[in-house]
Amino acid sequence: MTREFDFERPIVELEKRLHDLQTLSEDGQIDLSREIKAIADKIALMKAEIFKSLEPWQYAQVARHIDRPFTLDYVKILCGDSFVELHGDRYFGDDPAMVAGFGRIGPHAVAIIGHQKGHDTDENLFRNFGMPHPEGYRKAMRIMRLAERFKKPVVVFIDTPGAFPGIGAEERGQSEAIARNLADMSRLAVPILCFVIGEGGSGGALAVGIGDRVFMLEYSIYSVISAEGCAAILWKDASRAKDAARALRLRASDLLEFGIIDQILPEPLGGAHRDPAATAATIKAVILEHLAALLPLSPEELLARRYAKFRAMGRYKVQDDAETPAKN
Amino acid sequence: MGWLDRFTGGRKPPDPTDLWKKCPKCSEILLQKDLERNLFLCGKCDHHLRMPVWDRIALLTDDNSFLEIDQEMESVDPLGFVDSAPYPERLQKAIQATDSFEAVTCGEARLDGRPILLAVMNFEFMGGSMGSVVGEKVTRLLERGLDKRFPVICVSASGGARMQEGIFSLMQMAKTAAAIARLNAAAVPYISILTDPTTGGVSASFASLGDVNIAEPDALIGFAGPRVIEQTIRQKLPEGFQKAEFLLQHGMVDMVVHRRQLKATVGRLLQLWA
Ligand SMILES: [Zn+2]
Repeated sequence: MTREFDFERPIVELEKRLHDLQTLSEDGQIDLSREIKAIADKIALMKAEIFKSLEPWQYAQVARHIDRPFTLDYVKILCGDSFVELHGDRYFGDDPAMVAGFGRIGPHAVAIIGHQKGHDTDENLFRNFGMPHPEGYRKAMRIMRLAERFKKPVVVFIDTPGAFPGIGAEERGQSEAIARNLADMSRLAVPILCFVIGEGGSGGALAVGIGDRVFMLEYSIYSVISAEGCAAILWKDASRAKDAARALRLRASDLLEFGIIDQILPEPLGGAHRDPAATAATIKAVILEHLAALLPLSPEELLARRYAKFRAMGRYKVQDDAETPAKN
Repeated sequence: MGWLDRFTGGRKPPDPTDLWKKCPKCSEILLQKDLERNLFLCGKCDHHLRMPVWDRIALLTDDNSFLEIDQEMESVDPLGFVDSAPYPERLQKAIQATDSFEAVTCGEARLDGRPILLAVMNFEFMGGSMGSVVGEKVTRLLERGLDKRFPVICVSASGGARMQEGIFSLMQMAKTAAAIARLNAAAVPYISILTDPTTGGVSASFASLGDVNIAEPDALIGFAGPRVIEQTIRQKLPEGFQKAEFLLQHGMVDMVVHRRQLKATVGRLLQLWA
């Protein structure tokens, strides 16, 4: 049984009744199939209704759900036993908040990079809640350079509250690590596909987010600052996070409208954690489709397009001119 | 109303704090006119106070050589962002207060007779935050550097990305970093000068990517702000943490240079690389 959201409470009672009826029905004494179907339909309808009208802040809750599939959950489904995880940045250490390696997805051998959160407290402490240190970003870049040398495309899973703000992180150059990745990814001569699967937390997310295509799962978020952080600074009150979440326009639909991402990937009803396999199948289909489009491009063409993609991002006006729209 | 009217109209009335400042280091009262004459260095303790944009430009360029570009580029409100005040209102206030349209001033100039491209950020304009305009102006400057093969120098002073432009601000980090990667590949020099303070999205993009990173003494430089770090790790930060000298010690900047030696230092490097 997955942990439910506050806003799912109305259906929890129904789900319990459904469960009871199913147990009764399994005893085989009475035929309850009609009642069961009626309740199941009602649950599906209510869920669809609830998830259709979620507030931006509730999107953030879904995006951060502890049962949501994380990078290694998708890797397991997509690559099976073919995945080989690699460790270390070769300068300082290995960062469990960032995973990297090579694996096979369909016919393609690919490099896989991803933030990694934990499904419980112990795992989260080990993974630092998916907040990388500089060595995490440097490990990611090292594996991406390997991918470039062996001409393998890169698949990135983005899921972090942000880069870790700590003493060691500053001492070892968190800023430089992020900035270096932005610059180097912009010139990495193999296709890069990025998937925001949960939280796209600011520079810590973008540091592995320079892709030829950037996709977002339906209930993932991507933002310049967390809603809580924004509320604390601009409203001087972290409890105004709901307002900040609305103001920041951090949902996939917002980013698609702004031309920042390429496509929204639909999630199963109730969120990706309700059916990780189905979500992974959606991701896999998108990977195969877009690698087929990108692999034939020459490195020059690929890099020119990648540069143009990010170059076009931004809205401004030159005096007495109209506002320049984002081009893509 | 043309941009020039708006540029000169509605100047704020004189403010007593325009006449003097207190040194943040030694609390000495410093007269504005003395500061202007003394490169905004404290006459008592030599602390490097924040330097206004045009003084900084004068410091780093040959006399009357600076020609501003992209001066008329202005921010818009792509998110319709409102917190305690609407974003357009905050922008207008910043424009009035700084007599400048945005948090960065860019131009072409000469340094020791050599053509350069220079960007100078203004912390007084919404904390020097980077939105679409800062990102676009810096990127255009870098691209001009690539085009003309002129060295590019960026003087940063910024609290980071501009929250009011949301995801657009974040993407300026990608844009500027990609433009630097092109300069690097073409072997056109790019020098980053980090001044107090340089943090967040600016620190984590173009400010940290110099072929040479130069910091001013005692400048606060880091990814996360000290308060955020303290709240996260719940411990006191060590003395001198995230100061220019700390970054030098940890290998993140090439040198810490006194303001009086800044132009000569950059000039020497450019001459060696020419
Ligand atoms: Zn002083």
